[in-house]
Amino acid sequence: MSLLEVEDLEAGYGPVTVLRGISFEVDGGKIVTVLGPNGAGKTTTLRALSGMVRRSGTIRFDGEEISGYSPERVARQAIAHVPEGRGTFTGLSVEENLKVGAYVRRERDGIGDDIKRCFGYFPRLEERRGQLAGSLSGGEQQMLAIGRALMLKPRLMLLDEPSQGLAPNLTRELFAILERIARDEGVTLLIVEQNANLVLRFADYAYVLEAGAIVLDGDAEKIQSDEGIRRSYLGV
Amino acid sequence: MERFVQVLIDGLATGSLYGALALAVVLIYRSTGIVNFAQGEMAMFSTFIAWGLLQAGLPLLVALLGTLALSFVAGMVIERVIIRPVEGGEVLTLVIVTLGLFILVNSAAGWIYGFNTRSFPSLFGDERLDIAGVAIPVESLGIVAVLIAVVGILFVVFQRTKVGLAMRAVAMNPESSRLVGVSVGRTLMIGWGVAALVGALAGALIAARLFLDVNFMGGVLIYSFAAATLGGFDSPLGAVLGGWIIGIAEGLAGTYVGFIGSDLKILVPLIAILVVLLVRPTGMFGSAEVARA
Repeated sequence: MSLLEVEDLEAGYGPVTVLRGISFEVDGGKIVTVLGPNGAGKTTTLRALSGMVRRSGTIRFDGEEISGYSPERVARQAIAHVPEGRGTFTGLSVEENLKVGAYVRRERDGIGDDIKRCFGYFPRLEERRGQLAGSLSGGEQQMLAIGRALMLKPRLMLLDEPSQGLAPNLTRELFAILERIARDEGVTLLIVEQNANLVLRFADYAYVLEAGAIVLDGDAEKIQSDEGIRRSYLGV
Repeated sequence: MERFVQVLIDGLATGSLYGALALAVVLIYRSTGIVNFAQGEMAMFSTFIAWGLLQAGLPLLVALLGTLALSFVAGMVIERVIIRPVEGGEVLTLVIVTLGLFILVNSAAGWIYGFNTRSFPSLFGDERLDIAGVAIPVESLGIVAVLIAVVGILFVVFQRTKVGLAMRAVAMNPESSRLVGVSVGRTLMIGWGVAALVGALAGALIAARLFLDVNFMGGVLIYSFAAATLGGFDSPLGAVLGGWIIGIAEGLAGTYVGFIGSDLKILVPLIAILVVLLVRPTGMFGSAEVARA
């Protein structure tokens, strides 16, 4: 049984349907990516999983049907969503941003240790721990968003275009850290990206989304090496 | 000189009352973007509840604490039942809803408690302290102390507790708050509860200085809006400082500016609102977003 099983997921905003019945699976411990051009429905897919948009179909997380859950209840299932635009609490300090990330956890102790662990992955955040998060650069805010997600002690992390607006070398650095997080913490990653080249290099499995439907899926390695697929679907 | 100090202290006490109600207004504004025109009326109704508990024979302190608890719950209920359906709506919708709430609460109070003017006892009695030859009412000092204590407690709640952190997070980014598992609805309910509680405290203190009837908070609300505007509509600290400035300015103008006297004192907050909006719309401590909203 996969950690996340999605069947026939439809989702949209108001009268507009964006996702037209997609099905996919994410195995525990893996890094899975959903690729596709702008407007394909990548962000909507993640927002549907988190309960931020109108949706129908089945979403099973660790066997539990969660498709009717509110976003805050989804978060309590240890699913952390790093949203598009990073979701920074601009008026809170860096450290407070991390603390908010631990909101659903009942135990108090351990939070300090986890903040230290976040700083281990992102030393630059430690240098800025007392600073208002709104004053951070785009890359630092992306690190903070991932750190905040980590504070939830997630089993599954949903990442919405982590490379957006970042310089290429910073993006590579970020993905390397994500890979470490996945390995060290045993967190499963579901990443939606436009930057196919980069994410395919370290993902295990990939789905390609086009106009609200999945048109292709396969091992990341295979997709990466298939010139035809890359040219016709990924534009790279 | 003695007179001047008296006016100053008196203005500080009056200003603390404006500041307390302004604090309630600001608490709601910064978490929801709603200017609650009914804040004064809610405080008025709470004060009537305290009065009712006094009539039932409860001691003043118990009646007040009971009222604060009831007001907290009532504030939450108002958010859930009346405000929630329109939350995030058009500014005009929100203004009309809180104005409607104003009329609703005002009329309900009139219907239940009648329109007679009643007196309300003070927590601090009417003694005066002689400090360096100046007679200072204990009540004035008490009011200032209560406000400072309230601000201190709120500060600790906002800065040091999980609920407070969640409230600040929701105010800044509701969507992101939901993604980390904060229930935005419940947090806003608590915010309205806290505001209603602070307002109730203001109401009881004000009634003790003035009198109690269904319209006694109407004028105070204008002074409180002036205080909040001056301090910056999303800054609790600004609300308090704004209240003090307005209160002292009102006292000085009423005493030393011949033509103002006690009849035209209402000019003070109105001029303050006007000048602040013209010169510095964000007030002393408001954030720039407020100006854009």
